[in-house]
Amino acid sequence: MHPAPSVIVFSVLSGAGFGLLAFLALGLPIVLGTDALLLWGAGYALAVTGLVASTFHLGNPRRALKAYTQWRTSWLSREAWAATGTLVLLAPVALAAVFGVPMPAHFGIVGTVLALLTVFSTAQIYAQLATVPRWNHGSVPAIFLVFSLAGGAILAGAQIPAAVLTVLLAPLLVWSFRDGDTRFARRGETLQSATGLGPDPRVLAQAHTAPNYLMREMIFRVGRKHSRRLRIIAVLCAAVLPAAITLFVPPIPPVRVGAFLIHLMGAFAQRWLFFAEAEHVVGLYYGAR
Amino acid sequence: MTALPPPSARKLGLVIDLDTCVGCQACVTACKGWNDQGAGAPLSDMNAYGSEPCGTFLNRVHSYETQPVEGPAEVVNFPRSCLHCENAPCVTVCPTGASFKRAEDGIVLVNEDACIGCGLCAWACPYGARELDAAAGVMKKCTLCVDRIYNETLPEEDRVPACVRTCPTGARHFGDLGDPESAVSRLVAERGGYDLMPGMETKPVNKYLPPRRKGAAAAGPLDPLVDLEARGVAGWLDRILGAF
Amino acid sequence: MNAEEPQIDTSPRVSDEVRRTTCYMCACRCGINVHLKSGKVSYIEGNRDHPVNRGVLCAKGAAGIMQVTAPSRLRAPLKRVGPRGSGAFEEITWDEALELAVSWLKPLREAAPEKLAFFTGRDQSQSFTSFWAQGFGTPNYAAHGGFCSVNMAAAGIYTMGGAFWEFGQPDWDRAKLFLLFGVAEDHDSNPIKIGIGKLKARGARVIGINPVRTGYNGVADDWYGITPGTDGLLILALVHELLKAGKVDLDYLARWTNAPCLVGDDGLLLRDAEGRLLVVDRVTGKPAPFDRKGVRPDLGARHAGARTVFQHLAERYLDPGYAAEAVAERTGISASRIKGLAAELAAAFDAPVVIEQPWTDFRGERHATMTGRPIAMHAMRGISAHSNGFQTARALHLLQILLGSVETPGGFRFKPPYPKPFDAHPVPHAVCEAGKPLGGPHLGFVHGPEHLALKSDGSPARIDKAFSWENPLSAHGLMHMLIPNAHAGDPYRIDTMLLYMANMAWNSSMNTAAVMEMLTDRDEAGEYKIPRIIYSDAYASEMVAYSDLVLPDTTYLERHDCISLLDRPICEADAAADAIRWPVIPPDREVRGFQSVLIDLANRLRLPGFVDAEGRAKYRDYADYMVTHERRPGVGPLMGWRGNGAQMGRGAVNPDQMQRYIENGGFCTVHVPADAAFFKPWNAGYQDWAVSLGFYDKPQPYLFSLWSEPLQRFRRAAEGHGELQPPEHLRAGLIGAMDPLPVWHPPFGAAAGADYPVHALTQRPMAMYHSWGSQNAWLRQIHGHNPLYLPTALWERHGFEEGDWARVTSPSGEITVPVAHMAGLNDHTIWTWNAIGKRRGAWALDPEAPEATKGFLLNHLIDELLPDRGDGIRRPNADPVTGQAAWFDLRVRIEKVAPRDASLPTFPVLHSPVPPARRNRP
Ligand SMILES: Nc1nc2c(c(=O)[nH]1)N[C@H]1C(S)=C(S)[C@@H](COP(=O)(O)OP(=O)(O)OC[C@H]3O[C@@H](n4cnc5c(=O)[nH]c(N)nc54)[C@H](O)[C@@H]3O)O[C@H]1N2
Ligand SMILES: Nc1nc2c(c(=O)[nH]1)N[C@H]1C(S)=C(S)[C@@H](COP(=O)(O)OP(=O)(O)OC[C@H]3O[C@@H](n4cnc5c(=O)[nH]c(N)nc54)[C@H](O)[C@@H]3O)O[C@H]1N2
Ligand code: SF4
Ligand code: SF4
Ligand code: SF4
Ligand code: SF4
Ligand code: SF4
Ligand SMILES: [Mo]
Repeated sequence: MHPAPSVIVFSVLSGAGFGLLAFLALGLPIVLGTDALLLWGAGYALAVTGLVASTFHLGNPRRALKAYTQWRTSWLSREAWAATGTLVLLAPVALAAVFGVPMPAHFGIVGTVLALLTVFSTAQIYAQLATVPRWNHGSVPAIFLVFSLAGGAILAGAQIPAAVLTVLLAPLLVWSFRDGDTRFARRGETLQSATGLGPDPRVLAQAHTAPNYLMREMIFRVGRKHSRRLRIIAVLCAAVLPAAITLFVPPIPPVRVGAFLIHLMGAFAQRWLFFAEAEHVVGLYYGAR
Repeated sequence: MTALPPPSARKLGLVIDLDTCVGCQACVTACKGWNDQGAGAPLSDMNAYGSEPCGTFLNRVHSYETQPVEGPAEVVNFPRSCLHCENAPCVTVCPTGASFKRAEDGIVLVNEDACIGCGLCAWACPYGARELDAAAGVMKKCTLCVDRIYNETLPEEDRVPACVRTCPTGARHFGDLGDPESAVSRLVAERGGYDLMPGMETKPVNKYLPPRRKGAAAAGPLDPLVDLEARGVAGWLDRILGAF
Repeated sequence: MNAEEPQIDTSPRVSDEVRRTTCYMCACRCGINVHLKSGKVSYIEGNRDHPVNRGVLCAKGAAGIMQVTAPSRLRAPLKRVGPRGSGAFEEITWDEALELAVSWLKPLREAAPEKLAFFTGRDQSQSFTSFWAQGFGTPNYAAHGGFCSVNMAAAGIYTMGGAFWEFGQPDWDRAKLFLLFGVAEDHDSNPIKIGIGKLKARGARVIGINPVRTGYNGVADDWYGITPGTDGLLILALVHELLKAGKVDLDYLARWTNAPCLVGDDGLLLRDAEGRLLVVDRVTGKPAPFDRKGVRPDLGARHAGARTVFQHLAERYLDPGYAAEAVAERTGISASRIKGLAAELAAAFDAPVVIEQPWTDFRGERHATMTGRPIAMHAMRGISAHSNGFQTARALHLLQILLGSVETPGGFRFKPPYPKPFDAHPVPHAVCEAGKPLGGPHLGFVHGPEHLALKSDGSPARIDKAFSWENPLSAHGLMHMLIPNAHAGDPYRIDTMLLYMANMAWNSSMNTAAVMEMLTDRDEAGEYKIPRIIYSDAYASEMVAYSDLVLPDTTYLERHDCISLLDRPICEADAAADAIRWPVIPPDREVRGFQSVLIDLANRLRLPGFVDAEGRAKYRDYADYMVTHERRPGVGPLMGWRGNGAQMGRGAVNPDQMQRYIENGGFCTVHVPADAAFFKPWNAGYQDWAVSLGFYDKPQPYLFSLWSEPLQRFRRAAEGHGELQPPEHLRAGLIGAMDPLPVWHPPFGAAAGADYPVHALTQRPMAMYHSWGSQNAWLRQIHGHNPLYLPTALWERHGFEEGDWARVTSPSGEITVPVAHMAGLNDHTIWTWNAIGKRRGAWALDPEAPEATKGFLLNHLIDELLPDRGDGIRRPNADPVTGQAAWFDLRVRIEKVAPRDASLPTFPVLHSPVPPARRNRP
């Protein structure tokens, strides 16, 4: 799949943003005043920037509001509701914190749930697609949630959750890269099942010699050129290094920001691969996945 | 509207005969021509005269080669457009309701006025039947020529999809696959029409008819009239003209 | 229904108005409905009432709208301002352009009309353009047939009075077995597709004989991947096997062919005092003219020491040299497969089709039924475009005739005005006189050496050397020799070349790079060796850049055209039909229909035929000519609605005729009566009907020529008989080539030898027409570049992989191109799509367009002359009978090279005569 920058930026930043909001809403940590302004601000900023970025992926962003209508069936629609719900619901909590009015810790629980639901919905947009076997797997929401929470925890300075989550993330990533590699074959779709022709059909000529939307969107092979290196970067930066930092360096703000930026780099690498390595079954018709 | 309607009795769709399709691409440009001028945005061509043109087409014809166990490789031309799936994943993923399946006849359509161009439906379609138009920013797909097949301004015989009307070999058939007695259903039954990627559980309405078995006919060898070596051309002439 | 479901308008009005005319993206000429919205073309679909396409359209036809709006359309007359070939022009007015043309042409006509050479491409107005050239008086006129398919046309007409190529069609409704030789697309594009669809729907068997298994050969039920150039061997082996088994239609042969005619000592057929062919009557045992009432010709007769053609034929083809085993290796098809095919033919032969339809033959015999063998065949350039194509096509007709499947139900059927035997056609005219019209049509069918177009010194009278000893039966002229001969001044120098819709500076010439040099080559005085080039094109083609004066044509929707029975009509086997084009939209540029421009020029030059005794113009423009011109009294370009408006075929001029065509959808059909539907050459009912429509003036039944006397006359001359003698160096070749019975010779290309072991071919893509499809925004996305396809054997031997490139070398050139793998391909053959490659800067495309970077032409590898065989003479790379260009004789070798960005050779970017295109559409 085409690793569109807007979607990568969206899913990484908003993921981290909602993760941070989830922690703040639970009062982990409880912040007030300027601290609150900075942290809640960062959470909102990340979440909103991500959402705005996602609209760049739309052919017709002017009509984006219509995306709220189909929550009964569409994960994208549900994500829109959950995201909006989170942001709206947590606004009073955030404002209260900024203006120094402490709120009971459980007050934000609904917000936390909604934030996580947002991330879950985002993941489900991909995980629901039978057409992309690498995505069509229960581990995808898990990874999205772990990423989101890990990013949030690092920024929030929630040291133990951050350590646990990043430590968890490393094997999860390694496993998911490897397992992902075999999912297409496990799904069992081939040019033979795609065309009903057999045995052993091969492409003689593409339908058109000119490229088209499908090929650009679904068959993006150049993106996988450096996939080994990117996988290592993803595991190191997203999980191993932040884990080491949270475990061994005191969580003073510059360290947290540094660890977060390193984690973000890893997240971007992972998200790039998430798209670039995902193969759509339509590629079968083109003899290229 | 993103929920799928209950399965309709009428299931309009195409039956494509791979034994007959010569790969002429007529259905490709006929489809482009009709849908370029009809309802909705035109089907754009970006960089149309340039180094890498890239346009929207709702129907494309591939060529594949297969290698039978015996005999030489075979070439099959393979038109590909929306299959109007009963269980259309492209519909349920749509966040706006732009993508919908008609309750009445099962045709899967995009309401362009509501489409935000998120591309999700194209991702959900296993068959590459949807293309996001780069100029209009809306999703385009085969409409089964819904603006032809019921069009009262057209003569009765023309109320068929543009690609079906133009196909010179008659490899494309249109009809109600929900009616087991329809011509298309009978064709599917007779010729062993099949679904593409049944494993995707999309339950396509469109069916493909497989190429027939190819190769030598079962004809017996020819018996010579006379033994030419023994009786020569003269003997042969005697025999053949004697019988005449 | 779900309440939320969007309501859609399922009955939108399609357009404001529909205008029906004729498509032009190929010579098939389908009927189209052109929809207009606010005066602009909005949609084009097939016309259901039209006899050719019955509503369907091909990919090109349905993309016609992109042809009419193409940015490559020329906008005004152009006068060259830079050096030839640079593409630098200035736009001038029509008056300036026409006056300039007249100032060049008038002196030529007055002093030496042969100094004008007027050649046209695949236009559809040859009866008109040739009429113009006759009026001008130059012998140098032809259309494109010589480089296209004259082998097929001439072999058919000389053998049976009609050919596959546009003159006939399989009986799609009754054939049970269909053999297709060497066809990728053909002129009869939609009818063939409709026909194959019909065969498939009926479960009839389709067999493809072709080195390449794409398209029609892909859907064929069986495929014979023959080695190029060897079809003659395969066909004659089938003849051998069928003869041996006695599966030939003796009754058919005896009645309708010259099989029972008697071959004299001189190899010519015996005739009576009135010149009628003689047969021996089985009833009386006595010789009798072939057409006498009640005569029963005897196939086995002997008379005065002469034996019948049938005996000669049996002796020839029963020879073990023609057995399946003997040809298997050379054809690349095993003996058992060849015998299997013969057996399939025999099985179909034994299952005749009978139509309960009485009819009367020319001998006055009444037949209760029409009975035929359900075996149909069709062939085109795969056979035609080889140097042995003429005789191979003859062999194929021999096979059809032996099976009794020509003009019989289930077999091959002529389309009116065919059948028409060769001797009912004109003979060539080439004697020219200053200021005078030519004595008759340029092109025709020679009967023997006496009809050659030679000057008194024996040298060729025509610039293309058509109808010379090099290629005596060159019935369509030799367009591919025009530029080389004009450049070399051989046989003489010309002054002005007038070309019409032929892209001779690119895909339509052999050895393209050399031709571009010839067009720009200068003599010692610094003048161009071909001094003047006037060209009519509608688009910014490569050839435009090599012209001195460009007369821009309209597109096909903006002008009148006439698809006439005098020329190549749109008839089907069951109907005579002709058609028009008319301006369904007005041109929005300074362009004019070229035929009207020719009339304007003819009037300015006062050409006979175009002006009356006082020099006043007879025709205002082409539309006026179409309606008011009469070739013979009562017979004009259009057959429909003549005289009082009810007369078909013959009748006085009817000023309302054009309107009647427009009202009828742009065409006119007259159906063949049921009792005239088959056996047309011998069917009294058909002959009378043909006379009534004006195809000819009296019935002219004839026999099919299994034995060809015109060929024998040339062979005799080459053997030293008669006064007209060929040059010494051609004698031996003529004796071999001019065999009165079909024969196979290895194609000349084989002489390239073991250094060039691979055959290289092109095929027409169904979705492209020669060079012009690339300017079409839709079609160019389908075919924007063309890989060279290699069979598995070569692919593996050279270790090719996807994305690789190869250098391909022939005896005359070299190209470097991208390759691709194809398994369904003859082991010794490579191929690519024809004419996808484009010169940078042409056709209003980006110079980096894939057509120009990755696309390529095979033409760079093909030379119009064969290598010197050691006698200092370079003979044409052509069939020695007709001069047909032998495109498919090409032999090459292939090597793997490092991948590149662009194919080789490359040429400088042409300066575009039209402004750059808008980037996106719409
Ligand atoms: N779409 C489209 N239609 C066209 C044209 C076009 O450019 N595009 N051009 C028109 C013109 S001008 C012409 S002349 C006709 C030509 O129509 P076709 O005769 O169909 O011409 P080609 O495409 O050259 O196809 C030649 C076929 O012969 C095969 N072949 C080559 N050598 C041999 C051989 O030795 N034996 C056998 N059995 N087969 C062989 C090739 O593989 C190929 O399939 O098409 C006309 N129609
Ligand atoms: N390698 C290889 N070369 C081949 C062949 C092959 O099989 N292989 N086939 C050969 C054969 S059979 C043929 S017939 C030739 C084709 O030979 P051409 O007839 O030369 O082919 P086109 O490329 O169609 O060139 C026709 C020109 O007509 C122009 N034109 C189009 N429409 C109009 C119009 O309405 N009015 C005017 N005035 N001009 C117009 C086009 O712009 C183009 O420049 O190619 C030959 N070349
Ligand atoms: S083919 Fe694709 S677009 Fe069409 S209904 Fe099925 S899933 Fe949807
Ligand atoms: S692209 Fe349009 S139709 Fe497709 S899912 Fe998005 S909004 Fe729905
Ligand atoms: S049914 Fe209509 S929209 Fe669909 S492929 Fe055919 S022509 Fe195109
Ligand atoms: S028009 Fe018919 S024959 Fe041609 S490609 Fe389409 S389906 Fe095949
Ligand atoms: S075959 Fe195609 S291009 Fe040729 S006349 Fe017919 S529709 Fe036009
Ligand atoms: Mo041609």
